[in-house]
Amino acid sequence: MHQVSSAARTEIGPSIEELKGTAQVIRRDIITMIHAAQAGHPGGSLSATDIVTALYFRIMRLDPADPHWPDRDRFILSKGHACPVWYAALAERGFFDKTHLATLRKLDSILQGHADMKKTPGIDMTVGSLGQGICAGLGMALAGKLHGKDYHVFVMIGDGESQEGSVWEAALAAPRWKLDNLTVIVDNNGIQNDTFTDDIMPVEPLAEKWRAFRWNVIEIDGHKMEEIVPALESCLYRDPPDSAGAEGHQPEDCDTTVTRRPGIPTVIIAKTVKGRGVSFMENVPAWHGAAPNDAQAQAALAEFAEGLR
Amino acid sequence: MSDHPSRYHHVLPEIVEQLASDKPFGAAKMQATRYSYADAMLELGERNPDVVVLDADVSKSMRTNDFAKRFPERSFNFGIAEQNMMAAAAGMATTGLIPFASTYAVFASLRALDQVRNSIHYPRLNVKIAASHSGITPGPDGVTHQGQEDLSLLRAIANSTVVAPADPVSAKLAVHAAAAYDGPVYLSFTRDPVPTIYSPDFPLRLGRAVVVRDGWDATIIALRDLVAHALVAAARLAEAGLEVRVIDCHTLKPLDVECVLRAAHETGAIVTAENNVIFGGLGSAVAEVLVENHPIPMQRIGVRDIFTESGPYLALLDKYGMSARHMAEAVRQVMARKRRA
Ligand SMILES: Cc1ncc(C[n+]2csc(CCOP(=O)(O)OP(=O)(O)O)c2C)c(N)n1
Ligand SMILES: [Mg+2]
Repeated sequence: MHQVSSAARTEIGPSIEELKGTAQVIRRDIITMIHAAQAGHPGGSLSATDIVTALYFRIMRLDPADPHWPDRDRFILSKGHACPVWYAALAERGFFDKTHLATLRKLDSILQGHADMKKTPGIDMTVGSLGQGICAGLGMALAGKLHGKDYHVFVMIGDGESQEGSVWEAALAAPRWKLDNLTVIVDNNGIQNDTFTDDIMPVEPLAEKWRAFRWNVIEIDGHKMEEIVPALESCLYRDPPDSAGAEGHQPEDCDTTVTRRPGIPTVIIAKTVKGRGVSFMENVPAWHGAAPNDAQAQAALAEFAEGLR
Repeated sequence: MSDHPSRYHHVLPEIVEQLASDKPFGAAKMQATRYSYADAMLELGERNPDVVVLDADVSKSMRTNDFAKRFPERSFNFGIAEQNMMAAAAGMATTGLIPFASTYAVFASLRALDQVRNSIHYPRLNVKIAASHSGITPGPDGVTHQGQEDLSLLRAIANSTVVAPADPVSAKLAVHAAAAYDGPVYLSFTRDPVPTIYSPDFPLRLGRAVVVRDGWDATIIALRDLVAHALVAAARLAEAGLEVRVIDCHTLKPLDVECVLRAAHETGAIVTAENNVIFGGLGSAVAEVLVENHPIPMQRIGVRDIFTESGPYLALLDKYGMSARHMAEAVRQVMARKRRA
């Protein structure tokens, strides 16, 4: 095993309350960077923020100083247009300097409009064409088993993305290969590019579909840290840090019942609100891929400041 | 300054006027040709009840949601499921409907390419594929949304017709021409605004390239968004005393072989310009004709063997060697080779 070199891996993880604060910082960075770029996808970045925060600041085993550490847990934001949340989380976690955030989508930037694993430290897979990240995650999980590693692979997909056939090809394959080291999280915000998912091509009932594909299904509120953290911990391939002892430990501020069943992959269907945290963006389809102007950005930042207090 | 206005054909006078200036398209009406497509579909919808529009969750971006509002019963949004959309379009075409399947170029030409080949082109069904975000025109979105190979891929398929109009005027005409043609047509549109350069009399006929500027020293053959830049290159070269022909090769396939060979014979040097990879697209098509018939000095402008990156569209054209100055430099080089030969 890789010698744990980074303090980040041994110190006590952040509490639920601290995670909530971090999520607000990440929301602030999302708005700031999309405003600076005057392009990008705020809605799906904000709906994913709480889950991505929990993953990077409490759940995943990683080393920001060694982004290619072979034993690290992997995360793939299969809905790659929401990469501002990924960039903000990686920067906050120390994978690269925050000054890069202002260069989003600009010439010569390490932060591409859709995430590029060869340009950005910490990005585990190049994404942007919907329906592929989940298949790549499947491949990483298969490799983990083949190499006898205990890392876990997390993939986040969108509800609109769930319309792609390839999503269901991966859904079919993971149970067949008993990939209990793979967790898919559906950011179920009910909106896609054109408008509400129910008005384009309904994907519900998602839980029943995934159950029929023989997955372990957990349904949560994707903005309640008290539900996110135990859900993610409960399906970890290796035992959660507390019981293992070796990898540092987490505050005992939530109840984790391990629902993991050997040989069965887990999907977490997270009910979320697109644009979450910015009142005028919440549940408004137009904010899928539009940048805030100066006044809107200011108004959004003011709301976060309020929330952080 | 206005260089020899009489040498230009179908180009708006106010465009000719400023081509050689610092702001060549300062006076131009700018519009993304994806919106010209949407406008043309509204006209077609009125005119032809067999026309249906298929979308894959980018109808807001391509404004085909206008068609959906006007003709809800003839509009089908498949969601993010491009492969399903293409094969379903094939099925619809077997009944006499004329489906226009709309999505971004990367997804039309890559994600659903198998369906496009085996279900649409092999049986030669009357499906029109409308692709926005062709070439690297969706600059800031980055590589995953830049359709830099679509023209090459579609050109390689038997039974295909591939059209890449230069401006909003010719884009609308191209949509109508595609609708009138019986068979698959791939229409390639821009994400970013391009200048309106043509007058309404632009003679768009499938398979017929258009000489938009006369010249005898060399020829630039261009398509889609690079025609405007080719005109700028020619105007700048004219100031240096060189007369360069510019051909708008809006139909990449079938290639107007006669027009290409005439340019080869009359000008003796050719530069091709495409916002597309240099493999298998316009440059390749022209080279194939020249090599087999009348080899002359030739040079290709296009995306070299590389993925580009996020950035403003025009800045990317410049960084990756596809702007007017690169074309002008290429013209000088082929002319030097012509003189040596
Ligand atoms: C294969 C593919 N088709 C189309 C697109 C264009 N596109 C980008 S985001 C998006 C909508 C995504 O909706 P959803 O998955 O629900 O994401 P979220 O609501 O979380 O933003 C579309 C159609 C794409 N990126 N990839
Ligand atoms: Mg969604």
